[in-house]
Amino acid sequence: MIYFEKVSKLYDGDTTPALEDVTLSVAPKEFISIVGHSGAGKTTLIKMLLAEEPPTSGAVFFESVNIQELPSSALYHYRRRIGTVFQDFRLIPHKTAYENIAFAMEAAGRGDDEIASDVPHILELIDLTDKKNHFPHQLSGGEQQRVAIGRAIINQPDVIVADEPTGNLDPINTYEIVQILKKINELGTTVLITTHNKGVVDSVGRRVITMDRGRIVRDDAKGQFIL
Amino acid sequence: MIWTAIRRVSISGIKNFIRSGAVSFATVLIMTVTLSIIGALILLSALLNYTLTTIRNKVDVNVYFVTTAAQSDILTLQHKLTQLPQVQSVSFTSRAQALVAFRARYANDQLTLQALNELGSNPLDASLSIKAKEPSQYANIVSFLNAGPALSAGGTSIIDRINYEQNKTVINRLSLIINTTQKVGIAIVLLFAIASIIIALATVRLAIYTARDEISVMRLVGASNAYIRGPFIVAGVIAGIIAALLVLLLMLPATWYTSNLTTTWFGGFNFFEYYRIHFLMLTSSLIGAGILLGGTASFLAIRRYLTV
Repeated sequence: MIYFEKVSKLYDGDTTPALEDVTLSVAPKEFISIVGHSGAGKTTLIKMLLAEEPPTSGAVFFESVNIQELPSSALYHYRRRIGTVFQDFRLIPHKTAYENIAFAMEAAGRGDDEIASDVPHILELIDLTDKKNHFPHQLSGGEQQRVAIGRAIINQPDVIVADEPTGNLDPINTYEIVQILKKINELGTTVLITTHNKGVVDSVGRRVITMDRGRIVRDDAKGQFIL
Repeated sequence: MIWTAIRRVSISGIKNFIRSGAVSFATVLIMTVTLSIIGALILLSALLNYTLTTIRNKVDVNVYFVTTAAQSDILTLQHKLTQLPQVQSVSFTSRAQALVAFRARYANDQLTLQALNELGSNPLDASLSIKAKEPSQYANIVSFLNAGPALSAGGTSIIDRINYEQNKTVINRLSLIINTTQKVGIAIVLLFAIASIIIALATVRLAIYTARDEISVMRLVGASNAYIRGPFIVAGVIAGIIAALLVLLLMLPATWYTSNLTTTWFGGFNFFEYYRIHFLMLTSSLIGAGILLGGTASFLAIRRYLTV
């Protein structure tokens, strides 16, 4: 489904590469945790997948299509197939919880009837029905992250990419977010998360890729990793 | 589908504008200053045109005829002159009318009137007063008169004299002043307009800079560039319209107040009357400028955040 072929990335002005010769494949319905210290290259890997950064060498394929070769007019169609969740939530500050989730559907060109039926369902799933009219600054960190997950899954994407989704959360909220992501994966969506939280990796208990200084140093299907 | 997108973009733009209170307020404020400058430039252009037209109307060339010239010959020449493309108007003054005007002008000068009476006959010439469309065109009109002199039935010229040569220096100088003033006026208007547009652009750019994270999120959830850009353009247009309406509102007391002070100064040009008579033109110009400014500034400012 996703294939990184000998991908390297050297940012302008840097002397050491953020990614070096990374080859990696992701099958449909997998739940992969990517672990590593800060600067290991986890976020760069995610940015490549989201076509936010081009590789310096190598290629990233999504269902056999080299995403670097996608014209900019096709890029937003591609991004609609990937749901994204970030450590800092990245909600639109002047939209309510309902509007933040609905925005992803509006952007995908969904009809008003669909939005009116699907968004309340997702709000119920993330247990925020009673706070649907709250703005992000009126919600706790955990609640904001749940809205972000709701926004990521509303268009039923093929993949959920979560970059340190529990980085700003307390243990209880961390547990809840991991449970939601596991549930999403059980329903058939591929999930890729980056984290340096051992508890999260253990809780997921699935394939773990360990990164260090831009390289993959371990890829273990049984959840073993080096930190 | 397209109408749904337009409706969503419009609603989103209106909500963005309302919810981004302080940023929207600052944008409206700067655009009000910008449009005020544009409004003031419209008024100053009108004043400049009024002044130049007044000066132009004061310039004319008079053709005086010999006392024996028949009125029908003079009127034929008047008709010929009226046909010239350079001529704005030609007015005829008969000898009798000239005498009446002379008496009226010197009504308080008994000595002059007594001298006139002693002559026993009307010594004044009939004349044609010619106004050209542009002061620079008098030379051509005089050339026309000199090239084809008006002749009487007896074959002699009926023109006694043309006062162009005496007025030539003044007319040429006025032409130069009018042309230079127009060019300088246009340059100043353009300079201020460009400067104010740059200020407005910088402000809108700053407003959109504060929303750069939001734009990146929109891109990541798969919004098309047009869908991301739309609400920002709508918000920019709203700011432009509100600013234009504010300027129109502010111009009401401003023109009224300045009119009281300056009407006599500016040779009868009344700012308030101009504002009242040309209200529709001012409204459409300022709202049009506001929409164009807000929309274009937003379009340009957001462009840099939509790459990749």
